Amino acid sequence: MSLERGESHRLGVRNRSGRFDPGLLLWILPLGFLALFFFYPLTRIFLLSFQRSQVGVLLPIWETLRSSETLRVLGFTIGQAAISTLLTLLIGLPGAYLFGRYEFRGKATLRALSGIPFVLPTVVVAAAFTALLGPRGWINLGLIRLLGLSGPPITFINTLTSILVAHVFYNTTIVLRMVGDFWSHLDPDMEAAARTLGANRYQAWTAVTLPLLSPAILAAALLVFLFDFTSFGVILLLGGPHFATLEVEIYYQTVSLFNLPTAAVLSLLQLACTLILTAIYTRMSNRLSRPITLRRARLTQGRLNTWKRRLGAGILILVLLTLLVSPLAALGLRSFTRYGGAPRGEQVTQGWTLANYQQLAQNPQSSIFYAPPAAAIRNSLIYALTTVILSLLIGAPAAWALVRNGRSRLTRWLDPLLMLPLGTSAVTLGLGFIVALDRPPLDLRASPLLLPVAHTLVAFPFVVRSLAPALASIQPDLRQAASVLGATPRQVLRFIDLPLVGRALLVAAVFAFTISVGEFGATALIARPENPTVPIAIFRSLSQPGAINFGQAMALSTILMAVTAAGMLSIERLRLAEVGEF
Amino acid sequence: MRRISIFLTLAALAALAACGTTAPSPGPFKATETARDSGTAPGAVLTVMTHDSFEISEDAVAQFESDHDVTVRFLKAGDTGTALNKAILSKDNPLADVFYGVDNTFLSRALEEGIFEPYPSPMLEIIPQDFQLDPSMRALPVDYGDVCINYDRAFYEDAGLLPPESLADLPEGRYRGQLVVENPATSSPGLAFLLATVGVYGEDGYLEYWNSLVANDVLVVNDWESAYYSEFTLHGGTHPLVVSYGSSPPAEVYFAETPLDRAPTGVMTADRSCFRQIEFVGILAGTQQRQLAQAWIDFMLSVTFQENMPLTMFVYPVNPAAALPQVFVENAVIPETTAELAPDRIAANRETWIQDWTEVVLR
Repeated sequence: MSLERGESHRLGVRNRSGRFDPGLLLWILPLGFLALFFFYPLTRIFLLSFQRSQVGVLLPIWETLRSSETLRVLGFTIGQAAISTLLTLLIGLPGAYLFGRYEFRGKATLRALSGIPFVLPTVVVAAAFTALLGPRGWINLGLIRLLGLSGPPITFINTLTSILVAHVFYNTTIVLRMVGDFWSHLDPDMEAAARTLGANRYQAWTAVTLPLLSPAILAAALLVFLFDFTSFGVILLLGGPHFATLEVEIYYQTVSLFNLPTAAVLSLLQLACTLILTAIYTRMSNRLSRPITLRRARLTQGRLNTWKRRLGAGILILVLLTLLVSPLAALGLRSFTRYGGAPRGEQVTQGWTLANYQQLAQNPQSSIFYAPPAAAIRNSLIYALTTVILSLLIGAPAAWALVRNGRSRLTRWLDPLLMLPLGTSAVTLGLGFIVALDRPPLDLRASPLLLPVAHTLVAFPFVVRSLAPALASIQPDLRQAASVLGATPRQVLRFIDLPLVGRALLVAAVFAFTISVGEFGATALIARPENPTVPIAIFRSLSQPGAINFGQAMALSTILMAVTAAGMLSIERLRLAEVGEF
Repeated sequence: MRRISIFLTLAALAALAACGTTAPSPGPFKATETARDSGTAPGAVLTVMTHDSFEISEDAVAQFESDHDVTVRFLKAGDTGTALNKAILSKDNPLADVFYGVDNTFLSRALEEGIFEPYPSPMLEIIPQDFQLDPSMRALPVDYGDVCINYDRAFYEDAGLLPPESLADLPEGRYRGQLVVENPATSSPGLAFLLATVGVYGEDGYLEYWNSLVANDVLVVNDWESAYYSEFTLHGGTHPLVVSYGSSPPAEVYFAETPLDRAPTGVMTADRSCFRQIEFVGILAGTQQRQLAQAWIDFMLSVTFQENMPLTMFVYPVNPAAALPQVFVENAVIPETTAELAPDRIAANRETWIQDWTEVVLR
C-alpha cells in the first residue's frame, strides 16, 4: 500500500507544473493516524485537565513554570539525557564502524545480542543490574570473597551512574543499527580518494566520512536523546528516589496527587522541549544530507586481516560484551539459581535448578489471568507483528514524503511533528486515550487494538528516521535514467527504490518489532488480561512475594531474551529475499 | 506476485485496524471460544474494571457466569491510582459496570468525583462496621491487608538479636542500617507506612520520628519490587527489615521453592505499627447493567469469592463467614490494632505529608 503511494509521488514529480501536487497525498495516512491517535487524545486530555483547575488556566501554568522544583527537574532531565546520549554515541560509534566496515564471524549474533536490552522491561533490567552489581550481585560477592572485604565495595543501584549505564545499555543498539547500517553502504573509495589526494587519515575522516555519516548519526542521536529525555522506569527503579525526570514528576502529579493541571503543564513543557529539539534536528539534517552513491555492503566491508585490526576489534567486542551482555548473562544465570529458604552470609547461591522454568507451566491458584509461556509468547508476537505492519504502513509514506520534498516549508513544519510521540508523557497519553477514543466508531478504549496503536506511536518515528536517510541518499538521476530507459514507475520502484531502501526497511521493522515486544501496555488499557504478553506476565509474577514468583519472573525474562534474539536473528537472515542487497 | 499478495494483506489489516473491528484472528484479538466475549452467546456482558493486581480463579468466574447467564469481561487499567484516574476521567461514558480496587487512601477521591452509584447490598449486614468507611454505601468493602514491617527470621537468629517489635524500636542503634522502605510518592505500601507513622506519632511528631530513622540509616527505594526482591536479605539484599504486607509470610510459604515448615519472615505488629488498607468495590454510575452489577458485588462479598481471595491476591476477606486457607491460619499475622487515619484526612493531607517527608528524608 505504501508503495502504491510511492508511485503517485513520482506522478507528482512529473506534474510539478500543475497546481496540486499529488505527492501530498502521501501525508494522508501518517497525518491521519497521528491526528486520530495522538493529537486528538492529547488535546482532549489537556483541555480537560485545565478545565479541572479551580484557579483558571494561567495560574497553574505560571505557578508550575516559575517553581524552582520544575526548573530543577527540567535541568536534571536534560542534563542526564545529554550525558547519556554522549556516552551512548561514544560506545556506539566505534561499534557502528566495526559492524559497518568489517565482516567477521559471530557478527550477526553480536548484533542480535546488542538489540536484546531494547526489549527488556525496566523492571527486568533493574533486576539484571541488581543480580550483577547489587549489594549481593555476582561482582560484589566475587570481590568480597577475593579481597576478604566485610561489605560490598561497589555501590551501583540508586546512583546517577546506574541511570547513565542503563541508558547506554538500552540505547547503544540504536546507534549500532542506524549508523552501522548506513556506514556499511558508504563507498570506501571516497575516503580512499581523499587519501590519494594527500589527506591524512584524520583529514579524510573529518572531511569525507563524517559529513557523509552525519545524517545517520544525527538521527540516531535524536532518538537516543528522546528516549533518555522521557525516561521513567530506569530513573524510578535504578536511579531511586533522589532523581526525578519530567516524566516521573508527571506520574507523581497525575497518579498520586491527581493534580491534572500541573501534570498538563509539565507534559506540555516536555512536548515543547521535544519540538524545539526536533526543529533544530530538522534544520541540521537538511543542511547535512546529500545524495550519495550507496554500495552493496558486501563491497564495502573488509576482513579483520591484520593483527592491529584484530586487536582493535577484539577490544571493542569485549567492551560491547561487558556492557551489553553481562547484565543479560547475570539475568539468565539468576533464572537457573535456587535460593532455598533464607540465604545467609556470603552463601547466596544455593545451587542450580530448572524449577523456575518448570513452575511456569503451573497455575496453582487456577487464576483466570494465568497464561502458559507459549501463549504469552504468541500474544507478544501477534501484537508485535501488528505493530510492525501498522508502523511501516504509516512510517514509509511519511519518510517518503519528507524526503521527496525535503526543503519545502510544509516539510519543515511536519518533520518535527512526526517525532513528537517519542517525547510525550505516556501517562498523559494513556489518559488521553480514555477521554478521547470513547464514542463509536472510535470507541477503542477497551479494544485490544489500542495496544498496537500505542506501540505504533512509539515505533513509527523509528521507522521514519531509519528510512529517511536511505531514501534521501537515492540519487535522482538514477531514477530518471531508469525512466528515460523506459522503466515504468512500478519498475523504478521495484528495481531502484526498493533494493536501495530494503535494508533500511528491515532495520525499521526490527525496531518496530522490538519496541512492541518490550512494552508492557503502560499507556493502554489491558482489554484482554486473560491473554497477557510476556512483559505483562513478568509483571504479574513480580508483584507478589515468594521465591517462586521472583524465579518465574527471571525465567520469563530469560525466555523473552531468547525469543527476541531468535526473532532478530531470523529477520537479519531473511534480508527480504533478494531485496536486501543489490 | 507474492509481494502483491503481501501488500493486499497489509492493506486489509490496515483497513481492519482503521475500522477497529475485531477480526477472527487468533490470540489477543480473538473473541475467545468460550462464552466470554463471543457476540453470539446468549445473555449479557458485565464489564469489571480493576487494577493490575486483581486475580480470580477460573472456577469462581465460571460459577458466576453460569448462575447469572452472563459473560464477565475484565479490564485492567494500571496500578491502583492509574486505574482509578481512568475510571474518573471516563465517568460520563463509563468503560465498565463495576469498578473494584479503590483503597482507603484513594477512597475520598473516588467519592468526591462521584463515580459510584449507591448500592445497599444485603451482604453488608454481616460485614463488620469497621470496614464500612462509606456511609452512603457507594463504595463497599471487599478485602483488607496490613502494610507492616517484615523481618528476615534467619538473619536475627544468626545475629543473636531480637527483631524489632514496634515502630518505637526502629531508631535504636542495634537496628542501624537494617530497614528499607518505599517512597510514599511512588509506592502504595510506601504511602501506607508513612501513614502508619503519622497515625502513631501524629502530624506534629512523625517528621521527628523519620529524622531518627534517617539518623539510623534507613534506605529508601521507589517501589516494593526493589525493596523486597533487591534489598531485603531474604532475596539476596543487605537489609533484614522491609516494608511489606502482613500476608507476605504465607505467600513466602505458599510460593516457596522447597516446602517450608514455617515462614522465613516475621511481621512487626505491636503498638499500631501497621497500616490497614481496605479495598472497595462500587457500581459505576450510569451502568446499563445495574441488576448484574449488584449481583457481581453480592458475589464478591459472598463466601465463594471471599474464600478465593487470600490465595489469589493475598488479602483477607471482610466477610467473617469466609474461612482462611491453612497456610494463612498458620503463617499470616493479623495485628490487633493498626494505625488509624480517616480517608478524608488522608486525601486532604497527602500532598503536604509526602512533600514534608521528602524534605526530611530525601534532601
